[in-house]
Amino acid sequence: MSPKGLAKTSQVQATVSKILTYSICDGPGNRLVIFLQGCNFNCVTCHNPHTIGTCNNCGDCVPACHVDALSMVNGKIAFNPVNCDQCDACLVACPISANPMVQKYSVSDILELAREYRPFLNGITVSGGEATLQLKFVLALFQAVKDTPDLAHLTRFIDTNGHLGPQSWERLLPVTDGVMLDVKAFDPSLHFHMTKQDNKKSMQSAKILQAAGKLFELRFLAIPGHTDSAGELEKLTEFVLSLGKDIRVKLNAFQHHGVRGEPLNWEKMPKSGIEHIAAHLRRAGVADVITPAVYT
Amino acid sequence: MHDTLQNTSQMKDTLQMHEKLQKFRSIVNDPTLSSTQKARYLSQEAENALPYLELEPEVQEALEQRVICDMYEGHAPYKPRYVLPDYAVVLQKGSKYLELPIPETLDEAISTLMIAYHHVPSVTGMPVYIGQLDDLLLPFCIDVSDEELYQKIKMFWRYLDRTIPDAFMHANIGPTDNRVARAVLRVDAELKQVAPNLTFFYDPDVSTDEILSVATNNIVECSKPHIANHPIHAKTFDERGYGIVSCYNVLPVAGGSSTMTRINLKKVALRSDSEAHFFDEVLPRYIDLNFKLTEKRIAYLFEESNFFNSFLVEEGWVERDRFSMMYGIYAVADAVNILQKKHGRSGKYGFDQTANALGLKISRVVAEAVEARPMTNVWRGRALLHSQAGICTDTETPGVRIPYGTEPDPVSHVQALAAHHQYYPSGVSEILTIDETIKNNPQALFQLCKGALASGFREFSANVASNDLVRVTGYMIRLTDVEKFNDEKGSRTNTTAFGAEAVDTVGILKRSPRVVGIEFQATG
Repeated sequence: MSPKGLAKTSQVQATVSKILTYSICDGPGNRLVIFLQGCNFNCVTCHNPHTIGTCNNCGDCVPACHVDALSMVNGKIAFNPVNCDQCDACLVACPISANPMVQKYSVSDILELAREYRPFLNGITVSGGEATLQLKFVLALFQAVKDTPDLAHLTRFIDTNGHLGPQSWERLLPVTDGVMLDVKAFDPSLHFHMTKQDNKKSMQSAKILQAAGKLFELRFLAIPGHTDSAGELEKLTEFVLSLGKDIRVKLNAFQHHGVRGEPLNWEKMPKSGIEHIAAHLRRAGVADVITPAVYT
Repeated sequence: MHDTLQNTSQMKDTLQMHEKLQKFRSIVNDPTLSSTQKARYLSQEAENALPYLELEPEVQEALEQRVICDMYEGHAPYKPRYVLPDYAVVLQKGSKYLELPIPETLDEAISTLMIAYHHVPSVTGMPVYIGQLDDLLLPFCIDVSDEELYQKIKMFWRYLDRTIPDAFMHANIGPTDNRVARAVLRVDAELKQVAPNLTFFYDPDVSTDEILSVATNNIVECSKPHIANHPIHAKTFDERGYGIVSCYNVLPVAGGSSTMTRINLKKVALRSDSEAHFFDEVLPRYIDLNFKLTEKRIAYLFEESNFFNSFLVEEGWVERDRFSMMYGIYAVADAVNILQKKHGRSGKYGFDQTANALGLKISRVVAEAVEARPMTNVWRGRALLHSQAGICTDTETPGVRIPYGTEPDPVSHVQALAAHHQYYPSGVSEILTIDETIKNNPQALFQLCKGALASGFREFSANVASNDLVRVTGYMIRLTDVEKFNDEKGSRTNTTAFGAEAVDTVGILKRSPRVVGIEFQATG
């Protein structure tokens, strides 16, 4: 990479919750996945709720750590990854669903990681949390991947809730190869109840992405007794058809792993429930409906 | 006094004979064995009723303590462990001994091979190598339509599984993208049989992405085939070629391996006071003792058994001087962890740089010792180092693998072990465990395979969780068969018994995708 390129990208940093160097369920092929911290939704059924909040340095997590990996330094949380044994007690202690174990990564840090795992990778995915909240970083990273000859073949994907305006998409789409978009619910009040946000932006984003040819898949989380009503199914089908019969729809089954609070008492979505939704979509002419390979 | 001693020794012999007869009787009456299986087990027991080859006391002691091991091949080696006939010879010349004409059609060629296989011995009594099928059969396919070819290969495949019911029987295809290879892959995924075992040879300069994709999609479907790193193997062997046989053993075509022996590195580490002691004294000592054991076994085969009087040699299916020998090691992980502990280091093999470097040093040191030792009646005068994948009675970790239940993700797994592969010319394998979510994303397996081979892996094998077919290190079992076997209904497939024993030893059914290291059941 040219010195000019280096100077351009070295300033931008991401607040990262986790990085996976091997993932087969975050887009096509095997991918390097960056989970960014912070989300603009507050989903009651979130399966990684510790990625929602942004640390405000309240310090409640410090006494929860039993290996002295956390401390307060100049009024800010300091994390020592060497001591950490990943017990996740600090995540449970955090009152705002944030994560004291976050780490900062620069664009060149990520490029280095991609290079190390290059023979095994088909691409890079940014997820989270809500990846588009750190738009500047995502733009810089994706541009840098494109500009780096030995990494330029890696596809760049975003996993998002779609709560992003058209102008932001205008900047993001030229450097993005594909987007996986979740619509949490179609009935507006149901959506607000589940996420504390409106769904208009997400649905508009789906249309923008489809028009740009970048909507890799539309995702929907089926929750028994909550998002699987006949009405929701109708609206889901209608929405998919409005985008086009050939779009790829991924149905996810609500499960308990990682979930906190009241939804732990909710029923898990069984295979039969998913198959019911899939059958309905297929009857309506949607050809590419993906259902889970595993139910836990 | 003398009389008493004589009586005591006579009593011992009588007691031993009585035990042996009881063993014969229990085989004969075993409700779970077919008569063919009974015959085979009886012949093994008879061979082992003979006194063992004469060994020096040190060698004898090391063998008894199982620091070195003869793989329970038997007390009187009368056949090589693995035979790899060059079947092209019989397809081009026919056979005088078997009264076979030169085949002209595809049917005749397949029929000739089917007959040939019955005359190929091995440690199991059944052939472990059935040839480079596409090379052998393509010349006969000119006037054969794709549909006909598919049907004939399907019938052939079924024949193999039903008459040679042993998952160690191994077919090779590749590296070119050709009609026979594609038909084989299609049939193998469709029939999902335990046998034959199958390896596709992959060469990035010769194979198409399409055929590699077919092979990796097959793995997602049924955890078969293995995919071999053709350029690395081709470089190790000669123009006559190599075959991948039994589990993942790589040997010269028109030859094979007279025997396999192995060193239990865990036991070597336990007998060492320190790393220095291990490398300077204890390991070299057992390397030497294992060589001595090996030399005795090879000598018997070549000088006393009369095996090489066979028509196989006379008609040129194999050549006496193309028999190599697999010098094995296993339990590298256990040895490393023991040595680390002795030095107060907590880093574990597979996860820690120091531990991994120590493991790699062990591979290198043994490889150098094998390279330095001249051997008689061994192809090219040198043994071939082998990463031995265990037998069903083992509790140690196989070969150079990372201990079960602690494996990292597949990519980290590959990266931790790739550096070992250069040292193991006669075979080394990892079986990567892949979550079944890959069924929605087969492209990922394709990429994983390419990445592994590009990193220097000699071969790529994977178990995808939830497949009924599971790779029990190198060979397949059907989980439903194991369940049935355990209900004492017996199994048609020979190797199911090994899988069932592995279930007990290592809990294969309790954990989903756990792989077990076995190569051969102990009969001793």
